[in-house]
Amino acid sequence: MNKPNELTAEATIQALIHAHQDEPGALLPLLHAIQDALGYIPETSLAVIGKALNLSRAEVYGVVSYYHHFRQAPPAKHTLQVCCAEACQARGANQLIDQIERKLGCKMHGQTTNGNIALEPIYCLGQCAVGPNILVDETILHARLDESVIDQVVDALGGAK
Amino acid sequence: MTISVYIPCDSTALALGADQVAATIAAEAIKHHLDIKIIRNGSRGMFWLEPLVEVATPDGRVAYGPVKPADVASLFDADFLAGKSHKLAQGLTENIPFLKNQERLTFARVGITDPLSLDDYIAHDGFKGLQRAITLTAPDIVKEVLDSGLRGRGGAAFPTGIKWKTVLDAQADQKYIVCNADEGDSGTFSDRMIMEDDPLTLIEGMTIAGIAVGADQGYVYIRSEYPHAIATMRKAVDIAEAAGYLGDDILKSGKRFKLHIREGAGAYVCGEETALLESLEGKRGVVRAKPPLPAIHGLFGKPTVINNVISLATVPIILAKGAAYYQNYGVGRSRGTLPFQLAGNIRHGGLVEKAFGLTLRTLVEDFGGGTENGRPMRAIQVGGPLGAWVSQSQFDTELDYEAFAAMGAVLGHGGVVVCDDTINMASMARYAMAFCALESCGKCTPCRIGSTRGVEVIDRLVNGENKLEQQALLTDLCDTMVAGSLCAMGGMTPYPVMSALKQFPEDFGL
Repeated sequence: MNKPNELTAEATIQALIHAHQDEPGALLPLLHAIQDALGYIPETSLAVIGKALNLSRAEVYGVVSYYHHFRQAPPAKHTLQVCCAEACQARGANQLIDQIERKLGCKMHGQTTNGNIALEPIYCLGQCAVGPNILVDETILHARLDESVIDQVVDALGGAK
Repeated sequence: MTISVYIPCDSTALALGADQVAATIAAEAIKHHLDIKIIRNGSRGMFWLEPLVEVATPDGRVAYGPVKPADVASLFDADFLAGKSHKLAQGLTENIPFLKNQERLTFARVGITDPLSLDDYIAHDGFKGLQRAITLTAPDIVKEVLDSGLRGRGGAAFPTGIKWKTVLDAQADQKYIVCNADEGDSGTFSDRMIMEDDPLTLIEGMTIAGIAVGADQGYVYIRSEYPHAIATMRKAVDIAEAAGYLGDDILKSGKRFKLHIREGAGAYVCGEETALLESLEGKRGVVRAKPPLPAIHGLFGKPTVINNVISLATVPIILAKGAAYYQNYGVGRSRGTLPFQLAGNIRHGGLVEKAFGLTLRTLVEDFGGGTENGRPMRAIQVGGPLGAWVSQSQFDTELDYEAFAAMGAVLGHGGVVVCDDTINMASMARYAMAFCALESCGKCTPCRIGSTRGVEVIDRLVNGENKLEQQALLTDLCDTMVAGSLCAMGGMTPYPVMSALKQFPEDFGL
């Protein structure tokens, strides 16, 4: 867990609010910036964001909870997002997901017991001719997945145990 | 003499190891004291060959693929830098039938150029459309788009020129151009390819749209699942602005257009235009009731052109070559070309841009080469998660908006997902309802509640509980969703469900 020091997080959020609050429709860019910096949207930030953007805390919470991308709790060290959409299903994604769950020892939406890797579904990475696909840590794509690629990826991330 | 070697930077190529291949080729060239220049081009869209390495020869580019780092030493041994033969050699890229038989208009430059090279873009006819547009009056630009017959490529197929005219005629102190780059449909990647492989054409198209309707602000709303597209578009906007193709004085015409890149946050329904506008405004991506149309009351309440990536990226060639040139392609009321995306279990998956009017069978058999694993094709989903499943007896239908509508299907955004005979259509129907339940914005009841009830009814049907009753109930539920939903999310989820039920009843135990 890389939960940031609360004071630092507060200062980070203030700086990001300052950078984004004058943009039209600032809430999503601001939430992205906070999550990129801290890994999630801390509950304590909702009221602060609301005040800066002239929104209620409930409105901010409504947005954070609406979008799948925004996390409300600190993430695992690494995230493995597996495409579950039709084109990947047509290429054997469902069987692969069973293998990944066994390898990681956790179900979809869960994480490894050592807190190293979280497993999440994602619906389409736009690599539909070469599935099944995964996105690692929101940046690195792997296509034509099979058990050996999964083993390499998981081991490179430091393993499940 | 320096030899140019092309290795794609498209994210599909990257997902298959293009960066490692590029690094290995660079290292091997140094080892052999060979003078090469590696250019990171876009993808040609032949994904079964990625990473596709091309070498410039006097006869044209020679292709090798799919190249793995372990193949690189043998490529050098075979003298691939002179275009010599090798087990991965594909001959001249332009002569590969998959590519040769296409009609690439929107994708004319894709895979050929370095996506972020302004010089490359200009050398391949870039900005010709914009240069012509600044010499025309606003109504003349709109007329050109209208006359081209271009219809919304996001899937709804509404005439783009009519949208533009409505915004042009609206009186307001501020207007906007919004690009819908929330390409969430499974089996589609043409928007992603434009943004990663030829981003300047989208920027050019949006700038022309801005000049045409009198909007000086534009937004591109890109889904967060596309990190590479977001990064490339941000760089491309900076490059275009620095060179005067965006900003306060476009090509010294005195016209102004600012472009902003915005990132979505994983909500499928934000691909619906009004939900997208809500999201851009910083709200939950909940669908708005129409009317008022976005063209009258759009982003921040102002007249807004909202178009798909492909629609906007097609505008430059229409302006450069004239409406008649584009309009000459296609059939019936489906004018021009559509970039089809071959996906799922298919041997030659990738991007096929063709004029409307070829048959689905030509697309999946002649271009696609059938299934990758060689099993028979059983069902094809055309048009994304909200598109109908098409069975063998319908494969000879022409790909044109009206022909597909006539059989209760859609072309949508041109995604084609091929499934072999191991597919269970009841589970795909259940998936469609479950996906709708997961992604419904919750505003209207048929979609919010109907999707969850739909999953339950399909489960009972498959479990054999009062089958005929469940079948009637599912049909009735789908009717309600089609007729009563506010947008396509609930209104079209019944397409995959009912098409599966009608054409593959045996999978439901009927």
